[in-house]
Amino acid sequence: MLVHTRKGRWAVWAVFAVVCVPLFALPLLVIATASLSTNWSGVLPSGPTGVHYASATRGESLAALSVSLQTALLASVLALAVGTWAALAAASLGRRGRRLMDALFMLPVAVPSVVVGLAVLVAYSRPPVLLNGTRWIVMLAHTVLVTAFAYQSVSAALARLDPAYAQAAASLGARPWYVLWRVKLPLLLPSLTAAAGLCFALSMGELSATMMLYPPDWMPLPVQIFAATDRGSLFTGSALAVVLMAATSLVLLAVSRIRTEASYR
Amino acid sequence: MPEHMMSEHAISEHAMPEHATPEHTGARGPVGIRFEQVTVAYDGTAVLEDFDLEVGAGEVMALLGPSGSGKTTALRAVAGFVRPARGRVRIGDRDVTDLPPHARDVGMVVQQYALFPHMRVADNVAFGLKARRTPRGQVAERVAEALEMVGMGGYARRYPRELSGGQQQRVALARALAVRPGVLLLDEPLSALDARLRSGMLAELDRLHRELPDVCVLYVTHDQMEALTLADRVAVMDRARLREVGTPRALYRAPRGSFTASFVGSANLLPVTRAGEGKVRFGDTELRVATPGPGDGGAAATLCVRPHRIVLGDGGANVLRGVARAVQWRGATHRVALEVAGHEVVADVPESASTPRVGDRAAVSFAAEDGVLLDD
Repeated sequence: MLVHTRKGRWAVWAVFAVVCVPLFALPLLVIATASLSTNWSGVLPSGPTGVHYASATRGESLAALSVSLQTALLASVLALAVGTWAALAAASLGRRGRRLMDALFMLPVAVPSVVVGLAVLVAYSRPPVLLNGTRWIVMLAHTVLVTAFAYQSVSAALARLDPAYAQAAASLGARPWYVLWRVKLPLLLPSLTAAAGLCFALSMGELSATMMLYPPDWMPLPVQIFAATDRGSLFTGSALAVVLMAATSLVLLAVSRIRTEASYR
Repeated sequence: MPEHMMSEHAISEHAMPEHATPEHTGARGPVGIRFEQVTVAYDGTAVLEDFDLEVGAGEVMALLGPSGSGKTTALRAVAGFVRPARGRVRIGDRDVTDLPPHARDVGMVVQQYALFPHMRVADNVAFGLKARRTPRGQVAERVAEALEMVGMGGYARRYPRELSGGQQQRVALARALAVRPGVLLLDEPLSALDARLRSGMLAELDRLHRELPDVCVLYVTHDQMEALTLADRVAVMDRARLREVGTPRALYRAPRGSFTASFVGSANLLPVTRAGEGKVRFGDTELRVATPGPGDGGAAATLCVRPHRIVLGDGGANVLRGVARAVQWRGATHRVALEVAGHEVVADVPESASTPRVGDRAAVSFAAEDGVLLDD
């Protein structure tokens, strides 16, 4: 504890509440409230209703949720595989090679996602690889965007991993694949699941690149929310946003359960 | 049909050595390690230079030196974690210089144990056996045997984090021994333990080696006590080079260089000049030494005298007179530091009424055979 007196602690909590509640908690609370009302012209909303949720979990909206979940799942699994592979490869490269890999995987983070979306659109709109107009172009863009985060968290974890484990395993007669499968990956598992959760959450919320790419039959939930609020249906949009939030949190919670069962320290 | 089976049998038998490591067939005899002119460099700086050393089968060789002396690098060159820029490393009659670590058939224990935290003790010990595809039936038996050998039979179901440092060290040892390596590499295995545990483990290691007399052990340490206690021979290293190799007794009694003399045991290193056959001059005093050597008068040399070989009084062949500058009580002995001819001479003398006090004039003496002339 940094602050020892009781008064001091209360003061710190008060500052924390004043700064963080309006910044983080209040907007989310407003959305949750709006999603349950029909009218918000005074200080507080009025006309409580569940009708937005009824429509948010049916038909087009339900399809959008399903599209988002599928996209995020595929993108995060691919990103985790590619990112882990790249991080393992980079760790065995020299200093220069590693820097090059770091820079390569930093690109999608450094470049605005609108640009990434446009780049993917232009690159895959013509044969030989014609993905424009299919769902795969959305999944591809999401994968490109989130792989950077998978790569970064796995390489950070690899840098912290004591090389003595892999060396002990090798000296006991284990081939490199066996060492990877039995020692390195199990020790990295907590970081891998954390990376997967991060990728999933980012993909679930991705809007700007998706806007440029999505075909009519593959509209993710964030696009649906944008469309709803754009045409003035703020309350429907709020309900959709709450559904998006809940679905993402549920998946993250499940992933974090894997992590706690697999952590050894 | 029988003929066909016969030939198939013959082929498979012929192919056996290809598929099974000799260890599983029990065909391998005891092996030693040989370093031939091994040089290892990092970024152009040599951390091990022209290292030549032969460790016999069943021998315990200690690599003794301060940090940065290259001793751990030499061990890692045997394990395959560093690649020599020049020279060869052999295990038995195999040249292992270009082999990957997993193909070298060594057992290794490192200072921080490196037990796999996500595996139980039994799985840690079984790891090497499973990696080498030992038949399932044998694994459990050999795990139990290895754990029993280090007295950890009752801990098979525990996780490493549930064990004390000393227990983890035993498990690491069992893990390395379970694969029955021809060569055991120990890299400062006791330095993470406290002093009392360390002497217990030292006795344990000594007993283990008597039980496994064929295993060649390379023991890296900076602690001279460990090296002198355990090793058949000690290789003293300093600044990337091998200084001296010999039995602990020989290194202690008759070191050749001043680095060895001061690193193995404590030593008075006195600057002297040669004064004829078996004689040197230290200040104004002429001393007799046993070391035969050229009597070219006037040449500078260093004389090594162990503090516990120096006695109070002027009864010995070589007498030094001076003033006591410091007297430390060390239980069974007193350490007396005399100033003689501008140099400090330290003597470890038994407790007695005649022990000088600080400022007293005193005489000490030592026998001719206790003065060893060093090469440098």
